[in-house]
Amino acid sequence: MAAPSSTRIEQLGYLWTDERLRGIAFQVLAVAGLALFFAFIIWNTAANLKHAGLASGYGFLLDPASFDINQRLIDYESTSSYGRAFLVGGLNTVLVASLGIAAATFIGFVVGLMRLSNNFLVSRIATVYVELTRNVPLLLQIIFWWVVILALPRVRDSISVADVVFLNNRGIRMPQPIFEDAFQLILALFVAGCIGTFVLARWARKRHELTGRTFPVGWSAIGLIFGLPALSTLFVGLPVDLDIPLLGRFNFEGGFNVTPELIALWLALSLYTGAFISEVVRSGILAVDKGQIEAARAVGLPPGLRTRKIILPQALRVIIPPLTNQYLNLTKNSSLAVVIGYQDIVSIGETVLNQSGQALEVISIYMAFYLTLSLLTSLMMNYYNKRTALVRER
Amino acid sequence: MFFRDQGEMLPERPAPITEVGIVGWLRINLFSSYGNTALTLVSAALLALIVPPFVAWGLIDAQFSGDTGAVCSGVGACWAWLDQRLGQFFYGFYPADAHWRVNVTALLLVPALLYVLVDNLPGAKFGRWFSYVYPLLAAYLLVGGFGLEVISTDKFGGFMLNMVVGLTGIVLSLPVGILLALGRQSRLPVIRLLSITFIEAVRGVPLITLLFVAIVLLQLFLPPEVSLDQLLRVIIMVTLFASAYMAEVVRGGLQAIPKGQIEGAQAVGLGYWQTMRLIVLPQALRISIPGIVNTFIGLFKDTTLVIIIGLFDLLGHARLLQTNPDWIGDVDHEAYLFSAAVFFVICFLMSRYSVSLEKQLSQDRH
Repeated sequence: MAAPSSTRIEQLGYLWTDERLRGIAFQVLAVAGLALFFAFIIWNTAANLKHAGLASGYGFLLDPASFDINQRLIDYESTSSYGRAFLVGGLNTVLVASLGIAAATFIGFVVGLMRLSNNFLVSRIATVYVELTRNVPLLLQIIFWWVVILALPRVRDSISVADVVFLNNRGIRMPQPIFEDAFQLILALFVAGCIGTFVLARWARKRHELTGRTFPVGWSAIGLIFGLPALSTLFVGLPVDLDIPLLGRFNFEGGFNVTPELIALWLALSLYTGAFISEVVRSGILAVDKGQIEAARAVGLPPGLRTRKIILPQALRVIIPPLTNQYLNLTKNSSLAVVIGYQDIVSIGETVLNQSGQALEVISIYMAFYLTLSLLTSLMMNYYNKRTALVRER
Repeated sequence: MFFRDQGEMLPERPAPITEVGIVGWLRINLFSSYGNTALTLVSAALLALIVPPFVAWGLIDAQFSGDTGAVCSGVGACWAWLDQRLGQFFYGFYPADAHWRVNVTALLLVPALLYVLVDNLPGAKFGRWFSYVYPLLAAYLLVGGFGLEVISTDKFGGFMLNMVVGLTGIVLSLPVGILLALGRQSRLPVIRLLSITFIEAVRGVPLITLLFVAIVLLQLFLPPEVSLDQLLRVIIMVTLFASAYMAEVVRGGLQAIPKGQIEGAQAVGLGYWQTMRLIVLPQALRISIPGIVNTFIGLFKDTTLVIIIGLFDLLGHARLLQTNPDWIGDVDHEAYLFSAAVFFVICFLMSRYSVSLEKQLSQDRH
């Protein structure tokens, strides 16, 4: 009940004590402040650009790039556009990131299990590896591996592995598979095998739930996915030729070359992230309640099933979220490629920036690229979390 | 059935030789089964393959003195440059007669850190104030002015630059990170949205793109008459970067505080800021310290990225040595190994500290 004598001013004073109104005022102020800040930046940028005589906009992406890119997954000439150069760079980032993720996951799981091993030497070696790689800057490791590879013998004195793979200071020369037409048949069978397995697994699960009868899904999957294509080679022969590198006058001819930059970056990223992943794996496995394993033993599950049905599903629930985080880190860290000249998106962007002076645009492309990747990952992560979240009773 | 009389105990026998002592230890830890034995042998072979050659290269056959790379044989490592270059690796191009300023700053860092991290030190009240003043004192000592000779920041380099960028970044990012974390938990939708956008956007991009912003864009955003020092620009971007990660660490701490604490504070009539400042944050920050230390380790390693934008930190000087005509070709790996060792020691010690703190905190809570 408001006192009848209160003046307007006093009533206004009460407004300040109203939490909701105060909240709204605070937010309006924040937005206004931010708007002012951006206006200031945009105003300055426009003035500075005008002063420097630079045009803004993304039109330059269509201009010819006129620089070369050695490492490329798609066709690219120096007459191609800046836009295409960015595409090549983006694909190179995806290439090294996927190679790195595969290797880091493998290393991480192996080392994570090694650290949990009862064997003193094995667990110590794993610990030393993890501590050494985790506590040294990644950039230093990238440069170090690059220097190591550049110190390999020259092309003429290449280290050969079984005379098909050659290691030298220009990278690794490997045989290149050449696929004949019949290979498409094998590919088609492989895909059909995958789909078949998927359908079979669903059917088997349903039947198991309904009748309790099990079906050897694992073996039939191997049969379907690998057996079918293997069987078909009996009829069409192996439709793959290998182009084996041969030492020519100056360099190897044939085969394909993996550049020292790619190897160094891949090695450093995998070893570095592998150490972090091993910690994730270790803590995930340790997080599984001992009682769960004991209970699985008590009901007589054999060791294989115990791992597959009891330990792994529970450990993975803990492992997967930080694991994806590590994948994302690896992808972002691949931008350090610029130091050794692996032509990823940042490295190519830098060249474009130096040539065209379109700083704002180039950096916005970087940000858009990496933000899209992390947004996609976190969307997938949220989906996964929702699916596997424990339903807790309150 | 046979019962032994109570008085008639068998004499104690020592445990079998295979279960105790060195033999027992070996049996349990290395040779408990065929598989385990095989693993042990493989690991031992691996170690034998790697460790002795490395020790031979790095220590036994190594060359420790000399003025140029010519003294190095190439068989062992070449450490002869250490003598000449150690100063540069740690102080960069900071004038030699002012090295004492860096040393004093580094020495004062010890009490400044201790008073923040350790409770119940003697003179804690004065010490806390010293910790708060320390950043200003450090800036004064390093840059100069007011009686001290002014040293331009482009002379900063070597390991000192890593320390300056890393420590400044983490110290400045703490308040920003706390505000962002509070913003993310706020009930005001606009504030929450802004905080989340900032945190996720910064965490989604690599630091290197932010450093590019620092060198090519920051100048574009400011009026032409304002010209920022390059180190300052780097520190601004590093701070923004670290504060997003800091916000997530602090948020973890905030979420661990039971709701009853906030309700209790409200019940005794504390407002939002009082509740946060007096009740929630002291507890939340305390449990966040291991996370903050881990963020710092990450940031500290990332300070090496400044070489990409042309500053010479420890790694930068290691690279510089490779191109020096006196040493070219002789120190390809040595300078990097030395830098790696320096980073390793610092980061390893910090991570041990973080782990022990974590253990202590989890004990306190139970």
